[in-house]
Amino acid sequence: MPEIAAPAIIKPRRPHILARMFRALRLPMNDPFAAAGLLIYLVFIVVAVFADQIAMHDPTEILYTPAYDLAADLRPGQDGFIMGTTSLGRDIFSQLVYGSRSALLIGITAAFMVALIGSVIGLVAGYFGRWVDAILMRLADIAFGIPFLPFVIVLAAFLKPSIWNVVIAMALVLWRDTARVIRSQVLTLRTRGYVEAARVAGSSDFKIILRHIAPNILPLSFLYGSIAIGWAILTEASISFLGFGDPNSISWGYMLQDAFASQALAKQAYYWFVPPGICIILVVSAGFFITRGYENILFPKLSR
Amino acid sequence: MKNFKAVGSRLLQLALVLWAVVTILFLMFRLMPGNPMAAYIDPTFTLEQQQQLMAQFGLDKPLWHQYLIYLGNLLQGELGQSFRYREPVGQRIWILLPNTLILTFSSLIVAYVFGILAGAYLAWRRGSWVEQAAIPLVLTTRAMPEFWLGMVMLAIFSFSLGWLPAGGTRAPGNEYSGFLDLYTSRDFLAHLALPAATLAIYSQGLPLLLMRSNMLDVMKEDFVTMARIKGLSNWTVVVRHAARNALLPVMTSFAIAVGYQLQGNVVVESVFSWPGLGRELVNAVAASDYPLAQGAFLMIALVVIFMNLAADLLYAFLDPRISHA
Repeated sequence: MPEIAAPAIIKPRRPHILARMFRALRLPMNDPFAAAGLLIYLVFIVVAVFADQIAMHDPTEILYTPAYDLAADLRPGQDGFIMGTTSLGRDIFSQLVYGSRSALLIGITAAFMVALIGSVIGLVAGYFGRWVDAILMRLADIAFGIPFLPFVIVLAAFLKPSIWNVVIAMALVLWRDTARVIRSQVLTLRTRGYVEAARVAGSSDFKIILRHIAPNILPLSFLYGSIAIGWAILTEASISFLGFGDPNSISWGYMLQDAFASQALAKQAYYWFVPPGICIILVVSAGFFITRGYENILFPKLSR
Repeated sequence: MKNFKAVGSRLLQLALVLWAVVTILFLMFRLMPGNPMAAYIDPTFTLEQQQQLMAQFGLDKPLWHQYLIYLGNLLQGELGQSFRYREPVGQRIWILLPNTLILTFSSLIVAYVFGILAGAYLAWRRGSWVEQAAIPLVLTTRAMPEFWLGMVMLAIFSFSLGWLPAGGTRAPGNEYSGFLDLYTSRDFLAHLALPAATLAIYSQGLPLLLMRSNMLDVMKEDFVTMARIKGLSNWTVVVRHAARNALLPVMTSFAIAVGYQLQGNVVVESVFSWPGLGRELVNAVAASDYPLAQGAFLMIALVVIFMNLAADLLYAFLDPRISHA
């Protein structure tokens, strides 16, 4: 019997993997707030990367005036210190610039860990269901019962005070929100026709999760990741403010703690403690604005 | 019957979470540097005191045995002896708890009353410039570090203007005969104003945004359209028909907010030297007063866990359409 030649399948040319990933994130570029948020992020990233070039002094160096006096408690503009100096004679502007480094480092690593752990747990729980789901969701219940900030304080104080311990403590608790949302999304995705089809065609569970389900929850992971950036930066600021932060890194929370402990409030040194707060607000609200833009894309019902 | 079973399984879940948090606490306080006895015994205690505590908490026994003794002690409300105050931790916590609860509830009630009214108003004025400007502003208040807001408030109202006291719960030298006497005094209320306002400004965003989005949902429902068709006034439609129904989920979020607020209190109490649970937790951790730190942590965790439960039950109770699944 003559075999019928199968018609050649014309494969559409697939765009580059990076381009596809970028598109899969569905960055909300046409929402004005989200675009503003992305712009704020961009500015802080540039400042963090070029901190060495932008800062005028070493942020921990004790400085002197041209008259060889300790440059303590100088007002903005005095002796060329554009934002003034701290009680110990350190340059506030340089501290602010270097603070963006630790803020972004903590924000991005913590958000990455939260989104990764939360997504994996949500995927596994939602896809396999039954006892796997039961166990993982009870773990999430437990995580919801842990008071977040006290937990981070105790861990940061007992382990060596370092940025990484703060990040780990945050990730240990905050995965819960992401995991719950991703799980419920996976529950609806796994009943879709194309997932059924893949299963009937003999794809392994691993392949189905990776190829057919994970790409659909990527924007959701990214959404929860961007919420976590704000949380992480606020938490690190609180921890540093309470004195449990990494003593070797200059962060905005550390600056606020320094100002508070040095009586900056009584000295009316607004130039000292207002700017770090503004920076935190800018970065965190940038995350919120991006989140909002995302929600409009992911849940169009909500946008009105 | 179905509901009965659902409440039962929710209580089972509560028991699991309680046990797990207590266990995590036990393990966490054995992570700390130094030997495990440091969790209960201060080197300055007398030998006799040390031996008594060793026996009470079984510190010479293996870890699993210590764990059982720990659970037994907790069930009896025994939390050990504070190093710094030389008094039972339980007693110390009962002194601090009212201060924390007063701060939490006064700020949250202000935040919710304002948030609900403003949220309903913004939903009503949807699309106006007021709403366009208000929403980013509200998001900004959520992005503020609470302690920084507290610092700014302190600098302005206490140090620059001198209107309000800078910290604590009463002016030095003022003594009050009793509980009520202190909490209703002008002195106390003046001290409460700044920390409560700080927490209220931070917390109003949640009820406001929730109320607004619920209102927008409800306004689309048939019964609201029906009320409009009946020719009822705008005010009656918005307040009597829409707002009442939109209020429900906002009220249940109150319970969750209490739990969150208690965690936020940790920093705000520290800024205002407010003698509450959160500040004591921070001081106890910094001073290695482990029994007190453990007790304060446990108390905060208990409130968080029970408020989560309250929110779940309240939600099911207020809206019978929700079934426990």
